[in-house]
Amino acid sequence: MIEIENVYKSFGALQVLKGINLTVPNGEVLTVIGGSGSGKSTLLTCINGLEKIDSGRILVDGTDVHAKSTDLNKLRQKLGIVFQQFNAFPHLTVLENVTLAPRKVLGQSKEQAREMAVKQLSHVGLGDKLDVYPSRLSGGQQQRMAIARALAMSPDYMLFDEVTSALDPQLVGEVLDTLRLLASEGMTMICVTHEMKFAREVSDRVAFFDKGVMAEIAPPAQLFDAPQTESLKTFLAATH
Amino acid sequence: MFDTALSAADLWFLTKGAGMTILVTAVSVVFGTVLGIVFGVFRYQLGAIWAAPVTFVLDVSRSIPLLIQLVLANAFLGTVLRLQMSGFTVACMVLTLYTAAYCAEIVRGGIDAVPLNTRRAARSLGMTWAQDMRYIVMPLATRVALPSWIGLALGVMKDSALVYVVQVVELMKSTQILITRLQEPLFLLLICGLFYFVISFPLARFGGYLEKRWSND
Ligand SMILES: Nc1ncnc2c1ncn2[C@@H]1O[C@H](COP(=O)(O)OP(=O)(O)OP(=O)(O)O)[C@@H](O)[C@H]1O
Ligand SMILES: [Mg+2]
Repeated sequence: MIEIENVYKSFGALQVLKGINLTVPNGEVLTVIGGSGSGKSTLLTCINGLEKIDSGRILVDGTDVHAKSTDLNKLRQKLGIVFQQFNAFPHLTVLENVTLAPRKVLGQSKEQAREMAVKQLSHVGLGDKLDVYPSRLSGGQQQRMAIARALAMSPDYMLFDEVTSALDPQLVGEVLDTLRLLASEGMTMICVTHEMKFAREVSDRVAFFDKGVMAEIAPPAQLFDAPQTESLKTFLAATH
Repeated sequence: MFDTALSAADLWFLTKGAGMTILVTAVSVVFGTVLGIVFGVFRYQLGAIWAAPVTFVLDVSRSIPLLIQLVLANAFLGTVLRLQMSGFTVACMVLTLYTAAYCAEIVRGGIDAVPLNTRRAARSLGMTWAQDMRYIVMPLATRVALPSWIGLALGVMKDSALVYVVQVVELMKSTQILITRLQEPLFLLLICGLFYFVISFPLARFGGYLEKRWSND
């Protein structure tokens, strides 16, 4: 379970998160929508401790992410994250990209890590690209590799930050299919997305962020069909 | 031109000079690179302000002509501190610091060239700072820094000709000794240049080989 309690975060004078409260139970697929600069990415990077918070608390399975005593490297093993920008390790093959962290962080043997990597890469449809360098992959394939790389750590939670935004339209589908597959397998997921159709279809709940505030959160049918706030109405009107 | 007084013994003398050039260069480049990496990472991690003392020393080493550094260091270590140091040691110390000064900048530039997103991805997989440095930053930064580093190493080799001022007889000094004796400056300089080329060529080729090997990813 991920518990976000009254979290504030600013970059210099700019307040990016203004008192976020949110609990994501295990097995839930939560999508986060909202305008540019509303703090969606920042929330994800705060959850895995890449960014510090100003006040409030974020608990992952009861562990305070930002407590001094927390071993972040250990905690991050249960939090997979995939970013909008492709960030393959360009000097490593697809297989090596996926096996690096399991070997060095989890201390798996080469064979053990390879087995897991092949399984995850096949899962995302890259079973035939093991020895290829990332520069030879399309954007969609790079994102799927990044997903497999995160999954190879056997995380309990997956955070996705607009993983399709940098893709050509014809490649979006293959990545969303991978996310759907994960959702159907019961992975706990927080997906920041601009794909409303996808959000409507896979989410248990959808959260709408507006200028650092979580303005609405509801099951998709309710949120999309009966928006409560003016800002959400405006946002939905603009995206349709 | 081939009617020369150069004997086999003289050639051997030049070869020994070349050996000294290689030795001084190798020692300085190896230690200078290690120090340069330490300083470079240090500067990158601490930021400009905290690293200022180190930066200052490195800037001094980069901006004062090597010849002056060698003479002053020799005088300071020998006359002021009264240390019994050979010219070879002084030469290596000065050249090491000189190499480190340039190498630190190259290293910092290499680290800077590694995209922050790539490093965030590594950290978000649970890798520690050290693991990120070792498995992601080092290989990627090396690819960026290698051409400059090769240039630096070749430069240090050529600059090592100046260590004659601290009584180290390397290739250039050996050549001059022979020129004085044989009075065949052009021929001897040609030979000397060939020696330098033979020393540099493998290093330059090795760099080219690595760049080619890395270009597939
Ligand atoms: N490292 C940073 N330093 C300074 N400002 C930042 C930093 N990261 C984000 N910001 C600012 O914080 C605000 C929120 O950024 P964030 O990336 O969380 O928005 P977002 O909701 O993900 O937007 P988008 O849909 O464009 O990705 C933006 O105004 C952004 O410019
Ligand atoms: Mg964002």
